[in-house]
Amino acid sequence: MGLDFSVVPKYLDVIFLGALWTIAITVAAALLSFVGGILFAVIALYAPRAVRIPFRAFEWLFMGTPLLLQLFLIYFGLVQIGIDLPAFVAGVIGLGLHFAVYNSELIQTAILAVDRGQMEAARTLGLSRTQALRKVVVPQAVRDVIPPIGNNMIALLKDSALVSVIGVAELTLSAQLAIGRTYRPFEFYVVAALFYYVINLAMEAVLRRVERRIQASR
Amino acid sequence: MDFELILKVYPYFIEAAWVTLQLSVLTTILGLVCGSLGAAARLSRLAVFRFLGAAYVSFFRGTPALIQLFLLYFGGPQVGIQLDAFEAGVIGLGVNIGAYMTETIRGAIVAIDKGQREAGRTLGMSRWQAMRYVILPQAARLMIRPLGVNINALIKGTALVAAISVVELTYTAQRFIGSTYKPFEMFLISGVLYMIIIYATGRGIAWLDRRARIV
Repeated sequence: MGLDFSVVPKYLDVIFLGALWTIAITVAAALLSFVGGILFAVIALYAPRAVRIPFRAFEWLFMGTPLLLQLFLIYFGLVQIGIDLPAFVAGVIGLGLHFAVYNSELIQTAILAVDRGQMEAARTLGLSRTQALRKVVVPQAVRDVIPPIGNNMIALLKDSALVSVIGVAELTLSAQLAIGRTYRPFEFYVVAALFYYVINLAMEAVLRRVERRIQASR
Repeated sequence: MDFELILKVYPYFIEAAWVTLQLSVLTTILGLVCGSLGAAARLSRLAVFRFLGAAYVSFFRGTPALIQLFLLYFGGPQVGIQLDAFEAGVIGLGVNIGAYMTETIRGAIVAIDKGQREAGRTLGMSRWQAMRYVILPQAARLMIRPLGVNINALIKGTALVAAISVVELTYTAQRFIGSTYKPFEMFLISGVLYMIIIYATGRGIAWLDRRARIV
C-alpha cells in the first residue's frame, strides 16, 4: 500500500486536540497521584493496624497487577455499584491511584530516612505528632523524592495512552479516529508517537529545572 | 462475591495465564537480546553506533508502548511487515523493554571501576578480552536486580496485547466482564494469577542474585 503522509495535515487539528486532552489527563492524574501518594504513605506508616493491614493488601494488589486491568475494574466496577463516571474521570482515577501507590512506596522510604531528631525537635517545640508530621517530616521527605516521583510522572504520561481503551478521546484515540477515516494506521501512529515524544521531552526539561532548584535550595 | 461464577470460569483464566506466561518469557528473551545489543552500541568506540543506540533508547522510552505496538501491528502491513497478534505482541513489547534493559545493562557496565579494565589491558588482554573476562563477569552480578525490576514491569506490560486481541489474562478478564457484568470477580481471578507469576519470578530473581554474590 505504501506510505502517504499527505493525508496527515487535514487531521492535525483532531490530533492536536487529542494531545491537549493527553496533557490534561496527565496533569490531573499526576496531581492525584502526588497527593494520594503522600496520603497513602502516611496511612501505610502511621495508621492503626486495623487500617494498615487491609491497606497493605490494596497496595500489594495494585503493584502486582497491570494498569490496564485496573482501568477495566474501575471503569466497569464503578458502573456496577451505581457510579456512572465519564470515561475521562475514570481514567484520571485509575491512572492517579495506580501511580499514587508507586509514589507512596518512594515517600515511605523517604519519611523513614528523615532524621529522627527532626520529629523529636518538633515535639519538643510543642507540636503534636500530626503537626510534626505535616509541617516538619513529610515536607522534607517529599523534597527528597521529587526526582524519582518526576520519573513516575513521565511513565504516567506514556501510560495515559491506555485510557484510549476505555474511550477517552486523548491522543491515541484521536489517532485511531483519523485512521478510521483514512485507513492509514502507520502514518497516524507515527504522528501520535511524535506528539508523545515532544510532550515527553518537555516534561523532562521541566523536571530537570525542578531538580536544579531543589539542589540549589539545600 | 459470586464464588460459583469464579469456579465456573476459572479454567479459561488458567489457559489465559499460560499465554501471559509465554508472552512474558519470550518478551524477556527478546528484551535481553535487544538490551545487550543496545548497550554494546551505546558503549561502542564508533560514533555511528553510539548514535544509533541512543536513538533506539530515546524513541522507545519516549513514546508509549501501546503506540509502538499499534504501529507494528496495524501499520506494519503498509511497510510489508505481516505479523499475527501474538508475534506482534512479543516483538513490540520485547523491543520496547529492550530499550529499558539497554540502560540497565549499560549502567551496570559503567559502574565497574575503570581500574579493572586498565588492569586487564596492562596484563596484555585485548579490549574485548578485558570486557569478556574482567568487566562483564562483575557487571553481570550488578545487573540481576535492576533487570528483575524491568522484568516485573514487562510482565504487567504484557496486558497491553489485550488491545490487539491476544487472548491472555487481561483480554479474558475484559471479555468476561463484558458478558457477566462481574468486574470485581474477574479482576480477582486475573489479579491472583498475575501475582502468582510476578511473585514466582521475583523469587527466581532473588535466588539468582544470592547465588551470584561473591561475598
